[in-house]
Amino acid sequence: MAFTQQDLSVMDSIIARYPRPRSAIMPLLHYVQSRDGFVTHDGIEIIAKKLELEMAEVSAVSTFYTQYKRKPVGEYHVGVCTNTLCAVMGGDAIFAGLKEHLGIENDGVTSDGKVSLEHIECNAACDYAPVVMANWEFYDNQSVQSAKDLVDAMRAGDPPAPTRGPNVLPTWKENSAVLAGLNDGHAHEGVQAGEPSLLGLKISKDQKGAQG
Amino acid sequence: MLTPVLSAHWDEKDSFTMEGYQRHGGYDAAAKALQMEPDAVIQLVKDSGLRGRGGAGFPTGMKWGFIPQGDNKDHYLVVNADESEPGTCKDMPLLLANPHVLVEGMIIASYAIRAKYAFIYVRGEVTHVVRRVQQAIEDAYRAGYLGKNIFGSGVDLELVLHVGAGAYICGEETALLDSLEGFRGQPRLRPPFPAIAGLYARPTVVNNVESISSIPAIITNGPEWFSSMGTEKSKGMTLYSLSGHVAHPGQFEAPLGITLRELLELSGGIRAGHQLKFWTPGGSSTPIFTAEHWDTPLDYEGVAAAGSMLGTKALQIFDETTCVVRAVLRWSEFYKHESCGKCTPCREGTWWLVQILRDLENGQGTEADLDKLLDICDNILGRAFCALGDGATSPIISSIKYFRDEYIAHLTNGGCPFDPHAATLFASAKAGA
Repeated sequence: MAFTQQDLSVMDSIIARYPRPRSAIMPLLHYVQSRDGFVTHDGIEIIAKKLELEMAEVSAVSTFYTQYKRKPVGEYHVGVCTNTLCAVMGGDAIFAGLKEHLGIENDGVTSDGKVSLEHIECNAACDYAPVVMANWEFYDNQSVQSAKDLVDAMRAGDPPAPTRGPNVLPTWKENSAVLAGLNDGHAHEGVQAGEPSLLGLKISKDQKGAQG
Repeated sequence: MLTPVLSAHWDEKDSFTMEGYQRHGGYDAAAKALQMEPDAVIQLVKDSGLRGRGGAGFPTGMKWGFIPQGDNKDHYLVVNADESEPGTCKDMPLLLANPHVLVEGMIIASYAIRAKYAFIYVRGEVTHVVRRVQQAIEDAYRAGYLGKNIFGSGVDLELVLHVGAGAYICGEETALLDSLEGFRGQPRLRPPFPAIAGLYARPTVVNNVESISSIPAIITNGPEWFSSMGTEKSKGMTLYSLSGHVAHPGQFEAPLGITLRELLELSGGIRAGHQLKFWTPGGSSTPIFTAEHWDTPLDYEGVAAAGSMLGTKALQIFDETTCVVRAVLRWSEFYKHESCGKCTPCREGTWWLVQILRDLENGQGTEADLDKLLDICDNILGRAFCALGDGATSPIISSIKYFRDEYIAHLTNGGCPFDPHAATLFASAKAGA
């Protein structure tokens, strides 16, 4: 996709955050994904030009990080945690169930372009295992059935809200812009904390109440 | 027994907003610190005994004290919010529920080390956490707590949120700095340490989210208050994260030195009808513990004396339904995938560890493979460029130490003797119904 004048000025504002321009390479790659859906040739070219780097230098950075995609993903990119704890708690069964249900393998995309699937590493939500991420929003305490229902709803164009996230699940491109550091105005939505995050606090208060 | 400080107000719906934070004295500590001499702030943090909460446990105040002063160079503060160590899940809920406490801690830390620029490097797979932190930073700028002449003190501070893109290695502080400079995230040779040549080769402090978030309470309540909690060399409260086969997983803020037994007595124990088999005290890179370690004090010294590391206090609990070989294989696949490729022991070693473990899990190896595993681990541990390689050996060495018989059982059985379904959450839901 050709980048518009407005895209270019957003990119300039991202570069201006940093003491040295090259530091902006990661948010710029996220921004390219917000426009093109993945890291395109055009995207690498424009970043190289903006930062006065060789295209190979930008490519070298983009290929190091798994969140930068070199081919299109779905409108909803689903990640199933299969690191040890989530895998044992049900993540392996969820991942196998989704592969079968969607008829795609790891890194695959459904033919309608709606859903892509990836097994992911620990996403820092182990007390909510098994965890599924969609466009990097939390779907906590999943089961094989709930995960199948989730992707069905995505394909029907009406996914449920994340467990701890905004009121409406943004698209892959919309969330890529957030990762580029652009505020989408949804920070106030969703819970401040899920139940497991509050468990220690609750027990502590109950104890104090019992003593009081 | 529990001491909620960082988590004290997480149960208020607006705990993540400026209004919610200021309802409980938010940003008063920064205003107070800015009235002090920077060196006095460093001394106060030294006196508190606060040690790094990201895994290594280095004294925070001492780290700040290493920054050369009067050197006419730019100094930087970088907060490591890349939380990716398997099992670790404390910093993300903290930032979701109260990003302002980190911003305030960073204002104080930056002032102490004379940094005019500070960064938060947050992992990229947590969009809503990114939103909350971004909003908190913008609100702090609007309130005059960041930017030019903060709190009317004449001090300037720019704070930038930098979002990662899915690389575990960037939690290693020098790889993080390379990544923040716009390169592939690979670790640097040390020395020089970041305090001398960090970001852009300038003096830099890299601290964990929880460490910096502990600073405002220390400024407000004093170092004596903080050091009154915990044990002789492990001071203060900290977040313990319970996950896995427990009745009730979650976050528990307690003084350092609490035991697994005490945490499980408070939270409802192992899931109904099951027994503890093995657990990690501080993430997958810390050697596993067993039911022998119910009463090991979970502080830096206590865990080390028992042969592991406190790490990130990520207590991943596994009961008797879990195959330890499967668990260790999966962690090993993780380290192989996340090895940055810079050094040979880690790049090649983790690959071979996975091949051998895969065979063993499938019942295809021989007993000699266990010695081969230990031999490869011996060639990685202490010989890799950074701690990722060392961490990869922890689950393997410790599991062979405690569960050698279970490895052998895979061979005699011709495959894994466990039913993976029995270990799932769905299985326990059914049993409980």
